[in-house]
Amino acid sequence: MSAPAAPAAPAQAEPAITAELVASHGLSDEEYARIEALLGRAPNFTELGIFSVMWSEHCSYKSSRIWLKTLPTEAPWVICGPGENAGIIDIGDGQAAVFKMESHNHPSYIEPYQGAATGVGGILRDIFTMGARPIANMNALRFGSPDEAKTRHLIAGVVAGIGGYGNCIGVPTVGGACEFHAAYDGNNLVNAMTVGVADAGRIFYSAAAGVGHSVVYAGSGTGRDGIHGATMASAEFASDSEAKRPTVQVGDPFTEKLVLEACLELMATDAIEAIQDMGAAGLTCSSVEMADKGGTGIELDLDRVPVRETDMTPYEIMLSESQERMLMVLKPGREEVAQRIFDKWQVDSAIIGRVTDSGRLVLKAGNAVVGDLPIRPLVDEAPVYERPYLEPAPRAPLAPADLPADPPPMQALARLVGSPDLCSKRWIWEQYDHMVMTDTVQRPGGDAAVVRVHGTDKRLAITTDCTPRYCVADPKLGGAQAVAEAWRNLSAVGAKPLAITDCLNFGSPEHPEVMGQFVGCVLGMGEACRALDFPVISGNVSFYNETNGHPILPTPTIGGVGLIAGSGRMATLAFKAADETVLLIGATEGHLGASLYLRDILGSEAGVPPPLDLAAERRNGDFVRGLIERGLVSACHDVADGGLLVALAEMALATCPAGEPIGVRIAPPAPADDAAPLAAWLFGEDQARYVVSAPAADVPTIMAAARAADVPAQAIGHTGGDALTLDGRGAISITELHRAHEGWLPDYMAAPI
Amino acid sequence: MKAAVVVFPGSNCDRDVRVALEASMGRPPAMVWHAESTLPESDLIVLPGGFSYGDYLRSGAMAAHAPAMREVVARAKAGVPVLAICNGFQIATEAGLLPGLLMSNASLRFVCKDVHLRVEHSQSLFTDCFRAGQVVRMPVAHRDGNYFAEAEVLDALEDEDRIAFRYCTPAGELADGANPNGSIRSIAGIFNETRTVLGMMPHPERLADAELGGEDGKTMLDRIVAALG
Repeated sequence: MSAPAAPAAPAQAEPAITAELVASHGLSDEEYARIEALLGRAPNFTELGIFSVMWSEHCSYKSSRIWLKTLPTEAPWVICGPGENAGIIDIGDGQAAVFKMESHNHPSYIEPYQGAATGVGGILRDIFTMGARPIANMNALRFGSPDEAKTRHLIAGVVAGIGGYGNCIGVPTVGGACEFHAAYDGNNLVNAMTVGVADAGRIFYSAAAGVGHSVVYAGSGTGRDGIHGATMASAEFASDSEAKRPTVQVGDPFTEKLVLEACLELMATDAIEAIQDMGAAGLTCSSVEMADKGGTGIELDLDRVPVRETDMTPYEIMLSESQERMLMVLKPGREEVAQRIFDKWQVDSAIIGRVTDSGRLVLKAGNAVVGDLPIRPLVDEAPVYERPYLEPAPRAPLAPADLPADPPPMQALARLVGSPDLCSKRWIWEQYDHMVMTDTVQRPGGDAAVVRVHGTDKRLAITTDCTPRYCVADPKLGGAQAVAEAWRNLSAVGAKPLAITDCLNFGSPEHPEVMGQFVGCVLGMGEACRALDFPVISGNVSFYNETNGHPILPTPTIGGVGLIAGSGRMATLAFKAADETVLLIGATEGHLGASLYLRDILGSEAGVPPPLDLAAERRNGDFVRGLIERGLVSACHDVADGGLLVALAEMALATCPAGEPIGVRIAPPAPADDAAPLAAWLFGEDQARYVVSAPAADVPTIMAAARAADVPAQAIGHTGGDALTLDGRGAISITELHRAHEGWLPDYMAAPI
Repeated sequence: MKAAVVVFPGSNCDRDVRVALEASMGRPPAMVWHAESTLPESDLIVLPGGFSYGDYLRSGAMAAHAPAMREVVARAKAGVPVLAICNGFQIATEAGLLPGLLMSNASLRFVCKDVHLRVEHSQSLFTDCFRAGQVVRMPVAHRDGNYFAEAEVLDALEDEDRIAFRYCTPAGELADGANPNGSIRSIAGIFNETRTVLGMMPHPERLADAELGGEDGKTMLDRIVAALG
């Protein structure tokens, strides 16, 4: 490659490129040397900024890329895997589901409301950019210890921010997860997921084709907000993280609603050649990626970019992360149609450049070239690191003898259902409009949210899952379990699991222990995805979630999507009637290692997580889904955090909103034929298990089917009464459990600080 | 019967109302863009929920000045029934079609959940599908639903049987815990003087389909459609 002449210096004085300036852009000496070698000259200030964001961890995946490549991404129903704005699966009848999950962790700690709100805004754009109408939002939140002074402020702000954005734009937030651990003090996680539906024949991609075609900017004006957000997200926090507040963007959901409607209307006219939203690294990342994917070049006239502040420099315009902005290449002659639609929706738009065949990003301002960079190296020559990693030493299995004596089981149960992790999250999801679009057929609180595909009988089931305490104990098993649990939750509502998106939240990849957690989790995820035919179609990596050297628990959040066919049945977790038989599906050995019971009741985080048999997982899940399809079960719930007794309690608690609660009575195994202590049977977190209820008349059919499928199944009790009763071991009223379950979060949020 | 739904920038329940009305009417209502200065001939006008103009100024304040609203106000004054739901209720108060205003919820938080409503007066186009005193269930979803008016206005509303719905317990009792937003006298919906305009925070269109968990909204919409022929 010949070295072109350096661009002219812009009118305004720019800082000279010094070692300090390079370092402050998060680039290492080696990386900078590589930039000089690629250009054959020193970059100017704007170009340095562009390299720094394109080569940031956030945009380049430089530490994770080699491992992400090991994940399975294909299946006959996958239309588009990772690499685009979102992944796409075929859901039949010429329709496609488009989804992705993304983190907005760092901004949400610094400025909880705006950080979370813009996380939702960003993931919504990723979905409608592809021509899909967003139909559901989900999220997964992790906060620090409830005892930490800042936690309440973070919850209040994050929840209000997620609601503030989604409620205004009118896309229902149908569910999510919210858990707590001191490891997230200073590094809370906000993972936001959006699912959209598109016509499979009308999907829009980002490859900029058509030399000479107009490059159009639409949406909010560019301001100075969020400059270097991607770089911030690629560094760990120290105590000065508050000072980073100016790097957080401000969301405007009303504008996004207009941009959304305008884009979907424009897409229907067939005017768009390629389109990309401006997310992390703003105009830089969108224009470079579009040109790279199209194998073309792009020339931008920065004087024509709509701005909302005066005297913005090329550097600021290119690096701004102002929200609600889209970049598109129009088909020739369609500029007028686009203008008319944008005007109707009062969305600012401007032709700011054109596609070229130069393979270069050329920036002009004031009639001078202020930046001129080869596209391909910005993307493809980004450094790729094979970071050293340390596999964690295997943990010792739990020695029951070392544990304190078990409290009475009903006491433990009341504490668990009223604990921060297992309590009702109603206080959160009642702040989200989860019903707008009038297709939410399973509201928050179940195993998975279920939304109808508008105008059809088909339904999409959506869940977000991860068990970080398993991931830290055994990363490979934890990664696999997160995938298996998502698959299980979808199966539990009767959906056929189709694909996942992932949001991989970890500490600094420069620490070999953290890198070891990452590698283990990804390998485990891949194994489970292959065993369950559950490919990864999109995702995001968030490293550097650590403060003052303390990393978060490894948290590979999985967002799973499944389909319930038009004729198919859906299950919910609430018991439906008294005097039905309660059955436990799946084998129980009583694994308490790394369990919630062990942590929250016995005060220990030791032990190894329950083993995961992916073949049994698949067999049991397929079996349960079959029962639901045949209409043989009246309620279904997977057994997860807290084990069997918590699962039973949750099925009874879910009956409370409808009026008189329906209780349950079960008979634990007789001590004589039970090697494991009772607590292990009640609270152990053995995998691949479900609880179902069924009319007594159907039980023989279910048991015969279980034998035929080689699936363990046993009748353990009956529904009815107003209590959860353990034969010979006590009872607790559902009303009392309900009070504990519903009470913790509102009381915590309302308590004086 | 012909219906028109006014769509403002930021409306987001316009499609939901259209779907529910279409189910009741057998054909879709006209969707009227806010910038239109004329309305098609309509037997019913609906102001839908959402966040018109982002509710950035004061909920409903900007939409009340949209060109289409001049015509809505004129038609309402001429007796054309107007159903104003959620953000539509806010717009109707800002446009002077209904008295009082909707302040921020007492909790200062958005609230989305099913609530119970006591039908206070059934002698109207909108409520004669119900008995007075009947308890029905519909969802609310708003941040600014805290109805307020001065005591004289409230007394007049009560004297003139212009309270349509009050928030209540499942048993029909008024209680603070059953009031999702702090509305004065538990008011959830009110009529104009002629009971041809109904403003209500709850969303009848959201429980107009058994698969969504209830049909009290459908009962209401079906009856309105039947009455208007």
